[in-house]
Amino acid sequence: MTGPIVETKGLEVRFPLPTHFLSREKPMLHALNGVDVAIQPGESFCVVGESGCGKTTLGRAIMGLLEPSAGEIYFKGQRIDGMDETTRKPIRRDMQMVFQNPYASLNPRRNVFETLAEPIRHLMPEKSTSEVRQQVEDVLAATGCDPSWQRRLPHEFSGGQRQRIAIARALVTNPAFIVADEPISALDVSIQAQILNLLTDLQAERGLTYLFITHDLSVVEHFGSRVAVMYLGAMMELAEAETIFETPKHPYTRLLLDAIPKLEGGSFDKPRTPGELPDPVNPPPGCPFAPRCPMAEARCRSERPKLRTLDNGTQAACHFAE
Amino acid sequence: MAMLEVRDLHVAFPKGKKTEVEALRGVDLTLEKGERLGVVGESGAGKSMLAFAILNLIAEPGRVSRGSVTFHGENLLDLSERDIRGIRGNRISMIFQDPMVTLNPVLTIGTQMMETLRAHRRISDAEARKLCIEGLKQVAIPSAESRMEAYPHELSGGLRQRVVIAIALLTDPELIIADEPTTALDVTIQAEIMALILKLCRENDVALILITHDLGVVAEVTEKLMIMYAGKCVETGPTRQIIDAPTHPYTSGLLKALPQNAGRGTRLYQIPGSMPPITALPTGCAYHPRCERATERCKAEIPQLDGRVACFHPLNTAEEVQ
Ligand SMILES: Nc1ncnc2c1ncn2[C@@H]1O[C@H](COP(=O)(O)OP(=O)(O)OP(=O)(O)O)[C@@H](O)[C@H]1O
Ligand SMILES: Nc1ncnc2c1ncn2[C@@H]1O[C@H](COP(=O)(O)OP(=O)(O)OP(=O)(O)O)[C@@H](O)[C@H]1O
Ligand code: SF4
Ligand SMILES: [Mg+2]
Ligand SMILES: [Mg+2]
Repeated sequence: MTGPIVETKGLEVRFPLPTHFLSREKPMLHALNGVDVAIQPGESFCVVGESGCGKTTLGRAIMGLLEPSAGEIYFKGQRIDGMDETTRKPIRRDMQMVFQNPYASLNPRRNVFETLAEPIRHLMPEKSTSEVRQQVEDVLAATGCDPSWQRRLPHEFSGGQRQRIAIARALVTNPAFIVADEPISALDVSIQAQILNLLTDLQAERGLTYLFITHDLSVVEHFGSRVAVMYLGAMMELAEAETIFETPKHPYTRLLLDAIPKLEGGSFDKPRTPGELPDPVNPPPGCPFAPRCPMAEARCRSERPKLRTLDNGTQAACHFAE
Repeated sequence: MAMLEVRDLHVAFPKGKKTEVEALRGVDLTLEKGERLGVVGESGAGKSMLAFAILNLIAEPGRVSRGSVTFHGENLLDLSERDIRGIRGNRISMIFQDPMVTLNPVLTIGTQMMETLRAHRRISDAEARKLCIEGLKQVAIPSAESRMEAYPHELSGGLRQRVVIAIALLTDPELIIADEPTTALDVTIQAEIMALILKLCRENDVALILITHDLGVVAEVTEKLMIMYAGKCVETGPTRQIIDAPTHPYTSGLLKALPQNAGRGTRLYQIPGSMPPITALPTGCAYHPRCERATERCKAEIPQLDGRVACFHPLNTAEEVQ
């Protein structure tokens, strides 16, 4: 296949907020403000940014789990936003999601076999009972789960084991594309390495494409091919993972990189200007990062910078990036 | 005599009618005035138990089953509830992961701070108010005067945690025990808050016990380090030394498993398995089922801490290097 496996154009998602009974205004929360991504087959496209910047919303919109307010979404060249469920069914098989919280994402009353069989029965109704069983066993083996787990319930497993089961569930229909929403954030360091290795191995074996959501930049450096830095529902910088750590172009990316605690120390010795995320209900008119930006000038507060391609190939949305 | 000396501290929980399980299995630590100690370990290792036990705050049905906690020569575990209140939240302050453990949702920030201050010493309202506003300014809270009138829910998570730090400092403590103070916060806010804690501890010569699972954070903030595993300290010493040359196989594994210590796109070093629950500890060294250096002796005998490490076959020791 040529061209991106997943593409969004001008993607916007707004959530209506509860209206105050005296007010006639309908406040809207701008969760995504015109996001363009093009994810190439076989890559690990990482999305980073702070809590509330719209990472999960982007993943859910691509998966068709929420309706965008504007913009277009393509999967393997086919437009999929606004598609009805029946037409979408064969596509659902091909794109799956691993959800943010391994404790909440598995049905507590469903044993592992039922958890894994459900997507096959639903999305691949042509499969016979024995084929379903075979497919479940294959995916358990591929994800390092013991076959004896099948009759057990989620609460009998540790966080890392649950995340393996959640990954197995995402893989059981043999998808080409996986949205992994903070798949290791809730796990201990020694378990994080196990899950990251699993994702790396599965990608090599099955040629998977990942949209990998995280707030941990050190994981991106290790795991990612390209990285999108988001802030307040918009893309601030898009670059090769190797490049962004060497030459970050957006002031927000630099702020994020500076904030990473380092084994060598020295990150927390510098004085820091306190920053608050702006309100997504009333986003600032110019650059969303302007209120926290050490480089901000008058122009930044009135004119919204567009994502531009710089000489080194990085794209950055900053008036002064070069 | 050291400011704080913890000796052979055990915490036990009942299991069934007659037996008990131990969440803390004999922990020692010494802290001098102004020293900063990091306590690192995976979820369930007993880090919070250690913090609570030091303050004699272990809740029923748990209990401190053995050991002593000497603060300036006085065993805190022998004090009456009334006497320990003069120390807890006074000479020893606490910061928890969830700021709402400290903050009362129905009182304004100002009211809570004034109460804390006036329980600590006799001063006029005007004087107390002035000190509280100064306290809020010290932790870089913008428009401190008006924030005095705010309720906790009107502040972001980062601001709330800064208020908790301001409260912790109001009583001029000699020791702050911070249990995952930034785990729930974004990296940039974490960097601000940790930089602030570090600066305030240094300037006021306050000692710190910082509990976290993040080795980067302890490397940035602490000078001494303690690695916990299954209710025991397995390695302790100067932070720099442990990070540069870990001697316990578990510490070494944790450091090797970090993505920042692996080449791009390579598989990460992974420790197999996971930490056992306290109800199912293996015989001998609790780490032996996961340890690549384990021998028959490790399965039979429990290694004791020899000052630096609790292991029969440590790495990076003088003999090892020879
Ligand atoms: N169903 C919803 N209704 C209203 N607002 C929502 C809804 N879902 C998300 N939001 C808001 O949209 C914004 C983006 O949320 P999103 O969950 O995508 O952030 P995120 O980047 O995934 O954050 P985190 O790192 O905390 O998971 C936030 O301000 C959030 O409060
Ligand atoms: N009420 C209780 N009854 C029995 N066991 C308990 C109880 N509370 C805690 N424990 C056990 O004590 C052990 C130590 O718990 P502790 O909260 O100190 O872990 P921690 O190192 O702080 O972990 P985390 O990083 O998840 O906060 C755990 O195995 C836990 O299951
Ligand atoms: S005592 Fe043995 S099992 Fe335990 S950490 Fe050392 S080598 Fe490994
Ligand atoms: Mg999210
Ligand atoms: Mg804890």
